[in-house]
Amino acid sequence: MTATAQPYSTPRTVWLVAQREVMVRLRSVAFLVSTGILLALILGSVLISAVTAANAQAPKVAVVAGVTLPAGSGLTVIEADTRDAAEELVTAGTVDAAIVPDAGPLGYAVVGDDSIPLGVVQALSVSPPVHLLDASSTAGVLGYFVAIGFGLVFFVSAMTFGQTIAQSVVEEKQTRVIEILLATIPTRALLAGKILGTTILALGQIVLLLAIAVTGLTITGQGALLAGLGLPFAWFAVFFVLGFMLLAALFAATGAMVSRQEDIGSTTTPVTMLVMLPYLIVVFFNDNDLVVRIMSYVPFSAPIGMPLRLFQGDAAWWEPILSLAILAATCVGVIALGARIYENSLLRLGQRVRWAEALRG
Amino acid sequence: MLEIRDVSKSYGARRVLDAVGFDVAPGRMTGFVGANGAGKTTTMRIILGVLDADTGTVTLDGEPLGPTGRRRFGYMPEERGLYPKMKLGEQLVYLARLHGLSRADAGRNTDALLERLSLGERAGDAIEKLSLGNQQRAQIAAALVHDPEVLILDEPFSGLDPMAVDVVVEVLAERARSGVPVLFSSHQLDIVERLCDDLVIIAEGRIRAAGARDALREEHATLRYRLQTTGDAAWVRDEPGVTVIEAEGGSALFDADDADAAQRVLAAAIARGRVADFARQHPSLSQIFKEVAR
Repeated sequence: MTATAQPYSTPRTVWLVAQREVMVRLRSVAFLVSTGILLALILGSVLISAVTAANAQAPKVAVVAGVTLPAGSGLTVIEADTRDAAEELVTAGTVDAAIVPDAGPLGYAVVGDDSIPLGVVQALSVSPPVHLLDASSTAGVLGYFVAIGFGLVFFVSAMTFGQTIAQSVVEEKQTRVIEILLATIPTRALLAGKILGTTILALGQIVLLLAIAVTGLTITGQGALLAGLGLPFAWFAVFFVLGFMLLAALFAATGAMVSRQEDIGSTTTPVTMLVMLPYLIVVFFNDNDLVVRIMSYVPFSAPIGMPLRLFQGDAAWWEPILSLAILAATCVGVIALGARIYENSLLRLGQRVRWAEALRG
Repeated sequence: MLEIRDVSKSYGARRVLDAVGFDVAPGRMTGFVGANGAGKTTTMRIILGVLDADTGTVTLDGEPLGPTGRRRFGYMPEERGLYPKMKLGEQLVYLARLHGLSRADAGRNTDALLERLSLGERAGDAIEKLSLGNQQRAQIAAALVHDPEVLILDEPFSGLDPMAVDVVVEVLAERARSGVPVLFSSHQLDIVERLCDDLVIIAEGRIRAAGARDALREEHATLRYRLQTTGDAAWVRDEPGVTVIEAEGGSALFDADDADAAQRVLAAAIARGRVADFARQHPSLSQIFKEVAR
């Protein structure tokens, strides 16, 4: 046995640690099942939306002889000889409404059963053509869903994988394998490897989800929904990586302060708040321009705020770059702080480490 | 040669190590002995770089130790632990690679070592599935898998069943013979006495004695002799320059004021009859330990 060790290299070491993190997670049944459920949910919602769209049939109407409908109303027409015959069809539920002669300017009236047949009325309504001067600003319902979507994806992912890295840190402490690791490689290389590995997993899961959503929408012919989302999606991925590393460093550091899995909550709660707040804010204030603007620059909420503003089209080209720079700078600072807490806490077993001890230089 | 020089460490106002210095020579087993809390584990952690010393240096062959130097070390911490859910073989390969071995070398070493420790058939089992004894062997394997050039073992024998102790003793002696400096601590002074070439005794953060085991014994040897004769040995009480500790039948245990007084007793004994045994009493390790650690 005469194996020679290569000289120490930080990138190689970090990569080895990251590989192990990924491998362990990919073999965990719990992880695979939860990812499978997420994928099934996404796929399911794409399919349901496709099926609903295909099944949405044109409303049926019974038209009394002598009435002329405007062209292109898109209604399915059943001819009826008399008004009575038409109304009978309505009562029987065979049609949604009857179109009967009327003395008014249109020359016809709509007869419904027990409620106003909205679909029919809409089909017969005439809307004037509309031209938007700022066509990119697509607020409204879709904007709301996009806001919630970014918020939810970031929130769920940061929470799940944040907890994952905290547990993985505590596991090493609890099982005492940490001392062998620290005797072998520098503490910061270990922390960097864990953050890198978890970030790869989190990003991988998100990319997989997006890929399923995009492919599903395209295959089922709902590609139109995707228009305008491409660029915000790309920026979201970039912001996500940095924003997640920031949180992962904090989860790892606060996880290192306890020695048992049961105690994780006692130190990670402040970080959990940092993850929850931006989500709650985006749910309640997504139509408040000022709040969203502030969110898009605060490092902990920028991964949600900036892609949202890009989608709404009210961010200048340099804004995401500036926000990303702020996020990156914060990331460096917070990871350094997290590394200090991590280093100071790892070998303190037993009681949870106090903040003052953890932060001491 | 692993050299520890003037290493001090304080936690707040409590000084746990005070100018600790000793050598661990290549090819020799150095026993590290001290009471609980004397500073053994702290010293070992500083040697491994797990803890930083306030002052002092640790050098290997004159070179200060960085991450590259320390990866040549093998360490068995007192607090045992491996990843419980990871397979034994994979875990050893992972640790060997963290120490800088290529994947191929790591695999080869793992197979050979598991075979040597009779764990070959367990390579695919998760650590938590192993019996306690096999977990201990796995821990030894984790310290050895990268062919370390220095071995630091904190209480390697604690918790081992007698069979495992023999295996570990054998493996460590083998490594020492191949020129590796081995430093190990233990409470079990009889094992240390049997095993070590050199000895370091620490008490309250200070090195109280360090050197070759036999030299230390010589140094702490008193002029105490045991005499065994065929006749009654009670006459020794009347010899000048001699203090008898006990005398019963043909056996006497006594302290001599000097070597000449002892020789006079021997001559007198031979003149009186047959001498079955006459020997200077060497202090046991635990006696030396009690004496210097006081």
